[in-house]
Amino acid sequence: MNKKAFQILVDNTSGVLSRISGLFARRGYNIESITAGVTADPRFTRITIVASGDDDILEQIEKQVAKLADIRSIRELTPEESVFRELAMVKVRAGAKDKTNLISISNVFRGNIVDVGTESLMIEITGSSSKIDAFLHLLDGYEILELARTGVAGLFRGTDKVMYPDALIGTQK
Amino acid sequence: MNGAQAIVKCLEAEGVKELYGYSGAAICPLYDALLSTKIKPVLVRQEQNAAHMASGYARMKGKAGVCVVTSGPGATNLITGIATAFADSIPLVCITGQVVSSMIGSDVFQEADITGAVESFVKYSYLVRDANDLPRIMKEAFYIAESGRRGPVLIDVPTDVLTAEIKKFAPPESIQMRTYKPTVEGNAAQVKKVVKELEKAERPIMCVGGGVALSGAIDEIRAFVRKYQIPVVSTMMGIGAMPTGDHLYFGMVGNNGRPYANRAMNEADLLLVVGARVADRAVNRPDLITENKTLVHIDVDPAEIGKNVGPTIPLVGDIRHVFRQIEKEEIQVREHGAWLKTLSEYRLKMTEKRPKIGKQYVDVKEFLEKLSDRMDKDAVFVCDVGQNQIWSTHFFRVSEKGRFMTSGGMGTMGYAIPAAYGASRARPDRQAIALCGDGGFQMSMCELGTIAQYKGNIGIIILRNNTLGMVMETIHNLYESRGTMVDLGSDTPDYKKIAEAYGMHYSYLDGKSDMEQVLYTFLHADGTRILEVAVDPADRV
Repeated sequence: MNKKAFQILVDNTSGVLSRISGLFARRGYNIESITAGVTADPRFTRITIVASGDDDILEQIEKQVAKLADIRSIRELTPEESVFRELAMVKVRAGAKDKTNLISISNVFRGNIVDVGTESLMIEITGSSSKIDAFLHLLDGYEILELARTGVAGLFRGTDKVMYPDALIGTQK
Repeated sequence: MNGAQAIVKCLEAEGVKELYGYSGAAICPLYDALLSTKIKPVLVRQEQNAAHMASGYARMKGKAGVCVVTSGPGATNLITGIATAFADSIPLVCITGQVVSSMIGSDVFQEADITGAVESFVKYSYLVRDANDLPRIMKEAFYIAESGRRGPVLIDVPTDVLTAEIKKFAPPESIQMRTYKPTVEGNAAQVKKVVKELEKAERPIMCVGGGVALSGAIDEIRAFVRKYQIPVVSTMMGIGAMPTGDHLYFGMVGNNGRPYANRAMNEADLLLVVGARVADRAVNRPDLITENKTLVHIDVDPAEIGKNVGPTIPLVGDIRHVFRQIEKEEIQVREHGAWLKTLSEYRLKMTEKRPKIGKQYVDVKEFLEKLSDRMDKDAVFVCDVGQNQIWSTHFFRVSEKGRFMTSGGMGTMGYAIPAAYGASRARPDRQAIALCGDGGFQMSMCELGTIAQYKGNIGIIILRNNTLGMVMETIHNLYESRGTMVDLGSDTPDYKKIAEAYGMHYSYLDGKSDMEQVLYTFLHADGTRILEVAVDPADRV
């Protein structure tokens, strides 16, 4: 079982996200995480999908996604060429004593305290998925009340850009 | 001009001559707009058959078939037909009416989320929100359906969009899609690699699939294999790419195929898979196929290459274009006369024995062989699904100019009659014959109404054994059961009376009849004819 992150650039048509998630569902592909948002060029949406499977399946994922008519491109975000980030928000039950401890753990991970209640603390933490996993592991002794993770977003390093001048749009037929 | 009139204008611009469908409240404005054109709408009896007719029509014309149905049940009835076309890569443009835009999502009368429902078996779908988008959408829909790997496209149009006035009817002159760009020409370097393998091969073989007929490459393929004397086997969808009687053709592969075809494919050292998927029914263990051979996979859909089997040389492109590229190469193939001779011996030796059948019944092999000999040489033969289909793949002989069609991928019972009728409407000059079992016939016999109304001229053969024979075989072979849910009852229906009810010619054939004479009348009588053939329920494929 391998894992790959894909950067998918799609036309902002209605239902495009359901076309992609539907493809994963009906062909039995595993999505570990999916994030979507508009790109620097508002006509396009960037979707980052982390998928798992053996190499044949991961190759099929790339080809089957590329086949959908709304897809501009799908590329593997390789760890060497890319930067990944994920954001997590954790709400922990914390009395006065716990708060001091939690704040110091959070500081080590460069987390932010975004809300404080009498009996709770909300921490925001950003980083690679493994860093977030490691942080959550350290919270084992505490009661996590709620946890929200965004899933992975990623970008290629270097000067790639998404802007797509109309002059470059292919003309067919 | 309103949305409906704009759609009609676009259909005319695409050269659409006729379409198949069923009316209803939501689609009324479109049928109304059709009144003022030369496009002929054919009113079917159930929407699923509109898609099958459009499929038969499309396969004969090499262009997208068109269906127009109403919202809700009209649209959902179409689904099986769309899925059938998708599985066999048949180009269709399906237009469905939808409830008024402002009501979408509120479960009003005859509302169904059809774009959502067909998502997994259309090439693309549109829900039209603005009538001004219609000219672009229509042009894109035909382009997507007819290019790359062909397939169905669905356009869902709310009633208010059909009646909305559009500002200016200006269809785009060219398709401008940022995202959809199918590969047509083969990569030149890959073509060279294929040529090299052809020159190295001692035991080459080609396996042709449905992609050959779909890309209109039958002539190119035949010219190629005849020039270099390459033996050919086919998938079910590839039947007819080579005439059955050709000395280079060695039958259908797969678990329902001929043993000598499978053996030929196994023993080859070079296998060219052309426009086929290497699907589960065609190749038993795709993962083992490359063990002793070089595999070249040529297909227009890159996702099919490597899906079931990792090829040695992948070549993405439209078959016709790719073989025109290959034709330009001078290939020095090795002498392989001995290989061809071995294959011919296999064909002679490995032909299976037929089970013994009762005297009162017709021997299907004899019947299908005689039928193919007596049919017109350029006839279209459409078989349904089940035993009749497998028997057809074994015993029906496709002639040089003949066509063989069936629902291969989806295996949709009831396909033959509407598809044969659609084919005969596309090419009224050619004889069209539908062959079905009594199960499949009863699934689409409502279309006799359509065929009678429009004065159709096709031949319909019913192989009657009062049983869902193929399922019975499965139950028998895999579950050792005597068979449940396969008995159609032996008393009804009376096919003669059904034929009479629709004013069609009827004939009957059993083991005691004069086959020659019955066939002659069946093939030459006027209008649509029904031939009932008594088949032994104990017969096996």
